[in-house]
Amino acid sequence: MPQIIKKLTQKTETYIFLVLLALSFIIELRSGQFFTSNNLVDLASAMIVPGLFAIGEFMVIVSGGFDVSFPALASLSVYATTSTLLNAGYTGNIWLPILMVVVIGAVLGAFNGFLIAFFELPPFIVTLGTASVFKGIMQGVLASRQLATIPKGMSSFGTSALFIAKNAKSGLTSRMPVAILVLVIVLVLVFLLLYKTMFGRGIYAIGGNASSAFRAGFNVRRIKFFLYVGVGVISSLAGLIRVCMMTQCHPTNMLGMEMMIIAGVVLGGTAISGGAGTLTGCMLGTAMIVIVQNSLILLGVPTFWQECFLGLLILIGTGISATQVMRSTKMGNMKKLRRAE
Amino acid sequence: MNTKNKNKNGISAFLKKDVYLSRLIVLMLLWMLFMASVRFESFYSLINFQTMASQFPEFGLMALGIMLCMITGGIDLSVVGVANLSAIMIGTFLNLMADTEGNLPFYGIPAAIIGGAVVGVIAGLLNGILISKVKIPPILVTLGSSELFTGISIIITKGKAISGFPAAYSSTVAGKLFNVIPMQLVFFTVMALFLAFLLNRTTFGTKLYMIGTNMTAAKFSGLKTDRLIIKTYVLSGICASIGGAVMLANYNSARADYGVVYTLQCVLIVVLGGVSPTGGKGKISGVVLSICVLQMLSSGLNRFPQVSSFYIPLIWGGVLILVMVLNYFTENKKIKSPKTVLKSLSGQKM
Repeated sequence: MPQIIKKLTQKTETYIFLVLLALSFIIELRSGQFFTSNNLVDLASAMIVPGLFAIGEFMVIVSGGFDVSFPALASLSVYATTSTLLNAGYTGNIWLPILMVVVIGAVLGAFNGFLIAFFELPPFIVTLGTASVFKGIMQGVLASRQLATIPKGMSSFGTSALFIAKNAKSGLTSRMPVAILVLVIVLVLVFLLLYKTMFGRGIYAIGGNASSAFRAGFNVRRIKFFLYVGVGVISSLAGLIRVCMMTQCHPTNMLGMEMMIIAGVVLGGTAISGGAGTLTGCMLGTAMIVIVQNSLILLGVPTFWQECFLGLLILIGTGISATQVMRSTKMGNMKKLRRAE
Repeated sequence: MNTKNKNKNGISAFLKKDVYLSRLIVLMLLWMLFMASVRFESFYSLINFQTMASQFPEFGLMALGIMLCMITGGIDLSVVGVANLSAIMIGTFLNLMADTEGNLPFYGIPAAIIGGAVVGVIAGLLNGILISKVKIPPILVTLGSSELFTGISIIITKGKAISGFPAAYSSTVAGKLFNVIPMQLVFFTVMALFLAFLLNRTTFGTKLYMIGTNMTAAKFSGLKTDRLIIKTYVLSGICASIGGAVMLANYNSARADYGVVYTLQCVLIVVLGGVSPTGGKGKISGVVLSICVLQMLSSGLNRFPQVSSFYIPLIWGGVLILVMVLNYFTENKKIKSPKTVLKSLSGQKM
C-alpha cells in the first residue's frame, strides 16, 4: 500500500487530478452547480473538440515536435468539405463528409510530415509556415466566408443526442452529443497505437533521442511522416465535429485555439522536450482548461478574468512540473554519487 | 543575376559569404524589379515608402526582441501581449497627465513612453526569471505569460478599446521628422542600431551567441547564464513595449487584442532573416532586411486590387517554407563536404 502511494506521489497526473478535484469542489461550494448532471454533460460535450485536438498535439509533443498548424489545417479541410458538399446539393448522411475530411486532412498532414521528416526542418517553424499557407489557401483561393447552413446529414449528426441529462432542481437539460463517441473511439485507437505497437514505441523513442532511436532500428523518417498524417486526420475530424455541433461553418473561428490546446497538453505533464507523457495526463490537463473556461462564470468571476487566470494556470502548472524535474535529476545525481562511493 | 556577379568580384564574394542575406537581397531586388515593371508610379512614390516606413516598425520592433531571444536558443511569444499591455498603460498615463483641455505637459510624451518601457522591463524580468531560475522551457513561459499579460490588459480595459488620448501623442509619435521621415522609422532605427551595437561590439553580444551555441559549455566557461538570459528577455520586453507605443500612435487607440497575428508573423520574419531557431546564429542585418522584404511584398500586393489581401499569409508561409528547404540543401552541402574529405582520406590510407 505505501508503495502505491509513493508511486502515485511521483506521478504528475496525481497532482493534476487533485488540483482538478480541488477546483471542482471550490466551484461546487461557491455555486452549487458543478456536480449537477447537466453541468457535467455540458463539460463533456465541451471536451470533444479540444480533446481531439489535444490527442493529436500530444503525439506530436511526445515525438519531440511542436505543431501550431492544426487549427488552420482543420479549418481548411472542413471548409473545403462543407462548401463542396453544399455546392453539390448533398443530402446524404454523415459518412461522406467524414471520408472527405479524413482524406483532405491526411493530405495536408502529409505536407507537414514531408517537410518535417524528409527535410529534417524544425517542426515549430514548419507548422508556423504551413498554418499561414493553409489559412491563405482557405481565405484566398477558396474565398472563404461564413456558411450559415451546412448539409443536413452533418447538422443532424451534430445535434443528435446520445442521451439527455436533466437537472431536476433548475429544470435545465443538456444533451450528450453522439460525437462524443468519436472522441472515445479515437482515444482508444491512439491508446492502442501508442502502447501496443512498435509505431507508438517509436514515437516515444524519437522524442527521447532521435539518433538513438535511429540506431535502435526505428525508421525515424517514416514514423515522423505518418505521425503528422495521423495528426492531420484527427484534427480534421475535430474540426468537422465542431462545425457539425455549431450547425454552421465559420472559417476563422478555430484559429488561435492552438495555444490553449498546447497549454492543456503541457499541464498534463507531457515533457515539452519530448519522450515523456501519458494520454491520461493529456486528457486531465485538457479537462482542466475546459473546466476553467466553462466554470469561471459559475464561480461568479467576470469573463474578462478568464484569460489572466488561464495564463497563471499555465505558468504555475509548468513551474511545478519543472521544479519536480529539477529535483528528480538532482536526486538521481545524488544516487549516482552514492553508488560511486 | 549570375553574370552580373561575375563582373563584380566584391559583390559575389559578399553574396557567397552570407547565403541567407544574399538570398533575401535577391528576393527583394526581384520583387522591386517586378513592381517597377508592372506598377511603377504607384509603388515608387514618396508617399508609398513613407507609409511602408510607418507600418513596419510596430511589428519590426517586436521581431527584434524575438531575434534576441532566439539567438540565446529561446523564443519570446509574449511580445504582442507585452506591447498591448504597455500601449494600454501609456494611454492611461497620458490621460492621467493631460489637463482638462487635453494638453500635455512638455515632459508628458517621453514620460509616458518610459512608463510603458517599465512595463516591458517588468514583463521581461518575469519571463527571464521563470526561464532561468525555475527552468521552464521558454516556449511555455512566454506562452503562459502572453495569456497573463493579455488577461491583465483585458481586466484593465474591461475588454473595450481605450481611446481619446491627447492628440499631441499621435501627432508626435506618428508624425514626421523634418516633414519627410516618419517618426516610427526613427524609433525602429535607433533600437536596431542599439541592438546591432550590443550584439557586434560588446562582450554581452558575444556571450549571447555563446549561450545559444551551447548552454552547458557557456556555464562551465564561467558565464553567468541566468543573469544574461534575464537581461535578454528584459531587452525583448523593452523592444515590445516600444512597439506598443508605436502601435498606440498608429491606431490612436489601445486594446487587449490588437495585433494578435503579429506573434507568428514576427517568428516568421526572424527565421527568414537567417536566425537559427536552435540558437547561436543570426544577424540583425538579416532580420532588418527580412522585415523590409515582407513589408514590400505586402504593400506591393496591395497595388493589385484584383488579388485578395488574403493571399498575403499564403505567400509569407510559402516563402518561409521555400527558404527553409533551400537552407536544407545549402547546409547539407556543408555537412557533406567534410564527409567526402574523410572518405577520400580513408581511401588513401587503404
